[in-house]
Amino acid sequence: MKFALFQGCNIPARVEQYAHATQAVATKLGIELVEISEFNCCGYPARNTDYRAFVLSAAKNMAVAESVGLDMLVMCKCCYGSLKKAAYLLNQDQALKAEINRFLAKENLEYKNSIQVKHLLSALYHDVGMEHLKSKIAKTYSGLQIATSYGCHALRPSNVTDFDDPVSPRIFDELVEITGAFSVQWARKLDCCGAPLTGINDRLAMDMAQKKITSAREAGAHFICTACPYTHLQFDVVQARLASNPENGQPLAPILYPQLLGLCLGIDEKTLGIKENEIDLSGIASFLMAE
Amino acid sequence: MFDYLFFTSLTLFLLGLIYKISTWFTRNIGILGKNIKASQRMLSAARGIFHVMGSHKVLTLLNTFLLDVLFQRRILKEDLLRWVAHMLIFYGFMLLLFMHALESVVSEAIFSDYYSTLNPFFFLRDFFGAMVLAGVIIAALRRYILRPQRLRTSPMDHYAIIIVAVIMLSGIALEGLKIASYTEFQRMVEDYAGLDDEDEIQALEAVWVRDYGTASPNIKEPIDEDLISSGREVHENNCMDCHSSAKWAFNGYATAKIISPAALWLDRVGSITLVWYIHIITCFIGMAYLPFSKMFHLIATPFTLIANKVMDPVKSLPANILTRQIMELDACTHCGSCSLNCSAAMVFEAAGNEYILPSEKMGLLKDLASGKKLNDQQYRAIQEGVYLCTNCDRCTVRCPSGIRLKELWYSVREELLASGPPLPHVLTPYSFARGLIIQDTISADEYTRPIETARQAVAGRFINLMNPDIAIPLNAGGSQPVIMDTTYTHCFSCQSCTTVCPVVGNYDNPEQEVGLLPHQIMCCLGLGLTEMASGAQMIWDCLTCYKCQENCPQQVEVCDVLFRLKNTAVESFGGG
Repeated sequence: MKFALFQGCNIPARVEQYAHATQAVATKLGIELVEISEFNCCGYPARNTDYRAFVLSAAKNMAVAESVGLDMLVMCKCCYGSLKKAAYLLNQDQALKAEINRFLAKENLEYKNSIQVKHLLSALYHDVGMEHLKSKIAKTYSGLQIATSYGCHALRPSNVTDFDDPVSPRIFDELVEITGAFSVQWARKLDCCGAPLTGINDRLAMDMAQKKITSAREAGAHFICTACPYTHLQFDVVQARLASNPENGQPLAPILYPQLLGLCLGIDEKTLGIKENEIDLSGIASFLMAE
Repeated sequence: MFDYLFFTSLTLFLLGLIYKISTWFTRNIGILGKNIKASQRMLSAARGIFHVMGSHKVLTLLNTFLLDVLFQRRILKEDLLRWVAHMLIFYGFMLLLFMHALESVVSEAIFSDYYSTLNPFFFLRDFFGAMVLAGVIIAALRRYILRPQRLRTSPMDHYAIIIVAVIMLSGIALEGLKIASYTEFQRMVEDYAGLDDEDEIQALEAVWVRDYGTASPNIKEPIDEDLISSGREVHENNCMDCHSSAKWAFNGYATAKIISPAALWLDRVGSITLVWYIHIITCFIGMAYLPFSKMFHLIATPFTLIANKVMDPVKSLPANILTRQIMELDACTHCGSCSLNCSAAMVFEAAGNEYILPSEKMGLLKDLASGKKLNDQQYRAIQEGVYLCTNCDRCTVRCPSGIRLKELWYSVREELLASGPPLPHVLTPYSFARGLIIQDTISADEYTRPIETARQAVAGRFINLMNPDIAIPLNAGGSQPVIMDTTYTHCFSCQSCTTVCPVVGNYDNPEQEVGLLPHQIMCCLGLGLTEMASGAQMIWDCLTCYKCQENCPQQVEVCDVLFRLKNTAVESFGGG
């Protein structure tokens, strides 16, 4: 199994451990992830300023993946939503597609809609498959309670993103539960983490994060599991900032899904970058039991 | 004449060098280290250098010097062809400079048997010349024919290639003319061989015409073989000890062969003198102009590569970071690696603002640092260009000169935001890194002011919005452009969008906070009040979580409509 790995802009600059953990997990599972230097921004921020720039940015990435004939494995939920939205628009609007392809021709590329865009979680769930994943688990957790943060841009709009049931999604929970952890039900599981407004309306962004954290804590979660660099940074860096106010309670550490899974696959903490997260999550090891 | 030109250009070169290096300590860019006196910056730099020299970092320094400066590893990582070209030009030129141009100072001091017309030196001069020429041809090929995406060519790039090419080509032409020249032959016979016998001279001349490319008015092929054999004897006795065969100077010899039909005329009209002047004057111009041209990277880039390896990214003094950043502006060779790999490249392609491209920003920042006043349009363009950056760090990772571009953008961005007009882009996720990282490095006021001014700017045009006493004329939107997504026409004001909106839910009095609620915005649009809808704070406070859209019973693309409204607002500020 082979994918073009799409890291986006945040991961190489700020959440490198996510990439390292994902690569390590992929190796264990026999997935080849190809790094492609021609990839650029998914178009997510440009969506707010210039629609054409957004669609072109997204289309360029998909066209690059088409040129090497590989489906894209996207690690960021916002990149995923952005690419899916652009593909949706391009496939609906032939005039837009023609215009975008005129730009892409300068790079000797063409968007033909011949590859699929998948999020890491959906690739693990659908392509690798739960049976294969289970067969690779070397250790499981015991007594570990995890709150899964689904990520708005993967879930919605569901007719565009096609990720999971937008009202009662299961993929992430099942992926967490094969590690032996219990995926808690929590009120704000499908809500926004606040990251889209960090830097714009920090008060509101922090309110969103704090509400999610409180909700997850109330549901008894030991960690919040994420599979998106924006959500991760929001729960890691922004939460660390929030934690300076004692009213907000003890921080609830985020864990990236490949970190959570990686430990069960027998990958060492260093490779998974467990120590690279801002909020300490070393406590996770105490839940591991040998199988 | 030679001495006069040489010392003039050397003086200009040295003064230029001193001036340029002094600007590293006097110029300012961005918000870091402002108001630190030049003397203090020099002192900090000296302390820093002293500190490095006395610590284990000196090993890092040596390592960087070997691998990044001498071996140019970062260029190799970028592109093999570029590395080959750069190595050929750099080493070819340096070797020519020391062996040939500075022969009286360097070569003669090192090699007791140095003679420019004897091998290996005679051959090496041409070999080094061929190296540079091959490198220049590859460089020109890349810049003018292959043209990688988004590689922009400025006048400075033309000059650099032209100056090196003219030095090389005139050097080779000069050598070719001399090889073919009959006057040169006569001069050498007189100065070195000291022959009197006319027959001997004639025989020697025959050999030089046959074997060494000399164009003679007296001797033409076919030449009598006896004359040649006696000429060879004369040659062996008088010339061979200090002159290798002209064929070893393969560039010049080939040139001599090519020009041979016109060689006598060229010799007569004094073309050697002319080409000699072209050669040395171009060399002198190149030298005097070097500190002000992109060739100054010869000095600034090694310093940058080393400084960035030995300086701590976190603990370094602001004074030293600022000094390094000014130096980095000189270290940029406008090679285009950053722009080729820029994550925002497609935004540039779609919007056309070239200051989105890192390589072009560098040029303008250089102007800005040197105190040039930018006009409003340029200011706006650079402000927007610096902001439409996804902070992916790729330019910094890829830069062959090792410039920490990302840090430069961070610092310059704050300066441009603080001193420029409000920028609506601040209200988009382009601000994520600013909120996440920069926020902790600047004062609360410096951080929030650009956000506040942008908010006021986008809302300020719609004052009537917040005043319920003012009647809103319904025909106001008649001539306004209607945004592209028209699903809002399906809205029947059930308020589902507003009910599920987490932003609305976050406030006790949401209308006060966000102006219009999502369903009210849809309603406005339905009534043609596009401008009013655009003025609502809600569109900028939208988390884009798509709950509204997912829950709309009428399939109104609420969130997408808000995106479009933001686009329109940004566009109305003259941006994209």
